[in-house]
Amino acid sequence: MFPRLVYESFRRQTRRKLLAGVAITLGVAVATAMIAVATDIGDKISRELRTYGANLVVTPQEDTLDVEIGGVNLKPPSDGAFLNEADLPKIRGTFWHHNIVGFSPMLPVTAQVGDNSSMQVSLLGTYFSKKVTFGKDDFATGVTITHPWWKVRGAWPDDSSQDVLVGEHLAAKLSVNAGDQLTLAGKPHRIAGILSSGAAEDDQIVAPIALAQEILGKPGAVRRIYVSALTKPEDALARRDPKTMNPELFDRWYCSPYVQSIAYQLQEAIPHSHAEQIRQVAQNEGTVLSRIKGLMLLVTLAALFASALAVSAAMATAIFERRVEVGLMRALGAGSLSVAALFFAEALLLALIGGVVGFAAGSLLAHQIGRSIFNSQISIEPVLFPIILAIAVFVTFAGSAAAIRRAVKFDPVFALRGEA
Amino acid sequence: MTTSPILHTPKQVAERRENVPHTSMFVRMLIRAAVLRRGRAASALFAMVVAAAVATAMMNLYVDVQAKLRTEFRNYGANVVVVAKEGQPLPADALAKVQSSLGPQTLAVPFAYAVARTKDGLSVVVVGTDFARTRQLNQWWNVSHWPNPQPAQDSQSAAVSGSSTLAAQTMPPAAFTRQAPKGQKNAAHGVSRGLVPETTPSPDGQQTTPVEALIGMRAAAAVTPDHKPFDLTFQGRTIRLTPAGLLQTGAGEDSRIYLNQSEFQNWTGIAPTTIEIAINGSTSDIETQIAQLAQRIPTADIRPVRQIMEGEANVLNKTRATLYAAAALIILTSALCVLATLIGWVFDRRRDFAIMKALGASERLVNGFFAAEAAALGAIGAMLGFAIGIGVAVWIGRANFHAPVVPRFSVFPYILAGSILVALISAVLPIGLLRRVQPALILRGE
Repeated sequence: MFPRLVYESFRRQTRRKLLAGVAITLGVAVATAMIAVATDIGDKISRELRTYGANLVVTPQEDTLDVEIGGVNLKPPSDGAFLNEADLPKIRGTFWHHNIVGFSPMLPVTAQVGDNSSMQVSLLGTYFSKKVTFGKDDFATGVTITHPWWKVRGAWPDDSSQDVLVGEHLAAKLSVNAGDQLTLAGKPHRIAGILSSGAAEDDQIVAPIALAQEILGKPGAVRRIYVSALTKPEDALARRDPKTMNPELFDRWYCSPYVQSIAYQLQEAIPHSHAEQIRQVAQNEGTVLSRIKGLMLLVTLAALFASALAVSAAMATAIFERRVEVGLMRALGAGSLSVAALFFAEALLLALIGGVVGFAAGSLLAHQIGRSIFNSQISIEPVLFPIILAIAVFVTFAGSAAAIRRAVKFDPVFALRGEA
Repeated sequence: MTTSPILHTPKQVAERRENVPHTSMFVRMLIRAAVLRRGRAASALFAMVVAAAVATAMMNLYVDVQAKLRTEFRNYGANVVVVAKEGQPLPADALAKVQSSLGPQTLAVPFAYAVARTKDGLSVVVVGTDFARTRQLNQWWNVSHWPNPQPAQDSQSAAVSGSSTLAAQTMPPAAFTRQAPKGQKNAAHGVSRGLVPETTPSPDGQQTTPVEALIGMRAAAAVTPDHKPFDLTFQGRTIRLTPAGLLQTGAGEDSRIYLNQSEFQNWTGIAPTTIEIAINGSTSDIETQIAQLAQRIPTADIRPVRQIMEGEANVLNKTRATLYAAAALIILTSALCVLATLIGWVFDRRRDFAIMKALGASERLVNGFFAAEAAALGAIGAMLGFAIGIGVAVWIGRANFHAPVVPRFSVFPYILAGSILVALISAVLPIGLLRRVQPALILRGE
């Protein structure tokens, strides 16, 4: 009898059930989408913050002082120590290599421009988008990843070519354009494009690193490496000196993607190097990230609250409309327990159906948000499904409880006379 | 309505009715309907208030969060740089012009550069700046101890041996109201605590106040590994510097030595060549400001710092879009909640509807009655909800950004219109259904 009652109730009152079901579905969908977005927003914004460029720099351990004003290097280019280019792929062998988005080596030298003029300009050797191999791992890295704000009019040079980029101010001064030939240190080179960086590089020439090494006469030499890594915001543990930690604490520190521990691992990977965070980028990242995460958390709470309320309101209305039915059941001798059981069974069924459909719709919604805003997938943890379903059932029960109690307590005589 | 006791004779009743302020039947019906069915009316109003509050909070946040995040992004430092064109110094009044053009709220910091030599012949870059402003602009600088921002005036000539020809020109510090966020504690961690400045005799034996300098980590290792005062020479003039603190940034600053501009200028005679500015605003705002500045200081190059501008625009746009999507979803859900509750409420009152019609009320009157009721509910709900929503937004601002969210009263008309609209829709829908039913059927309870 009981299943038949439930079945008939769904069959005969499709309109009302649909209304309540739609409310639950929508509520669950919004909750799912918001939870998915909120749990993933940290990763997403962290990636977006990489548009600020590299947050770590690796320099030779025994280096002389940089003498540089406004991007013009006054130190003799061959002065000081160098890193070895052959060590670079080892960066991909560090513990947190998945978090390392990209790196680019830099080698500033000075070169003579023109055929017979004595004009000296700074030439920066680097990777543009170089294929690097470490073990079985192939990847491309260079300034296109670590310096995403560099804009090129024309084309990026190929890393194996002898083509160069000319900074826009320098290009204006030399009155050259993309596609022209430029004599550098006695040899002609094609200008692949004009570079605009909004910084010192606008007055420089940027070339594949092999060219800079050739001009300097030091094959394999690298002055510094910029590394762009996804990091975890700094906390008290991150700031501690690893030398003062016990082994257990050290492991925890080492295995957290703090900017400090990634710097430590880079130092391990590259011999005779010193890795340091670029504080301007690294320090502010954490603040911005925590603000945005906090904001989304609060907004998600608001979303959960709003959808819980919508579900309760719909359920309360649906049950309130059925007082006459309750009256009839009670008049026929049903106890308040069995009436309540019927309503809760219906609510459970509605919540489960609404929960499943809502979860699917919410996943789709989160996917759409990820695609349209972040151009990437928002991953939905499977563990979210039972949680969402449980929340849906709980909220539906909570929303129905008060209405069911009132409906059951109502005198059947009044209900049947329609004086509710 | 009136509760005056024992006035029951017909004459007294008539008199009383005379004196009662004359309210129309329409208004009386509205009020009685709300008072008599307190429970249902209250639950409908509650739904309305919550929805309006959530919508208000979301709209407020959406409008305000950009300004809040922009302030956070200013911690990344300067986004515009004024540089002297090649071979020309910056005009002496450049900083004053920048400050007057952008207002005293905007941070602008002058920098002057020189390459000096140590006793051992090592070249090192020395920078003259305004420490108080640098500290506000570059909050990521890890400094063990900041030098005194206002050097004692009498120390200026004494500390520099040799003749100083140029009088120091310092700009009066503008009234900064910008505060460092509470979460930022850059003052000291990681680097050893402040080094106490000491009084040292100058080369010719006179007791002088030493010139305090902020020394980059790498420069310190090369120039004064034991943090003792040291001498620097620039074009034959020697200055004795006392390391006041160590500076760590992970970038070029680590190889430099920073001095107060007045002391720097006394020593080298070099005026500022660069002004770094942190302008608050959207990309287009900043571009207009740059154009204005370029007009006022034609002899300088004014460039946006692309790294900072583009990073900020990117992250801000993504955050705004996410928040927009979230706000839209939440407002939609709460509107739906109101709709469901109100439809139930109106539907529940089909007997009122039937009685009115049975007593001869016209279709227009009944429709008007329910519409007026819904509108009143929407309006009251919107007002209460707006007040609560502002409270929620202010709380979120406090909790997350440690700064109050400014209430946006411009949001109110939208909330009011939206609430009334949703209420009207939820009244009209069931009325449309009920109109088709004979009043007698409803009254018979069918």
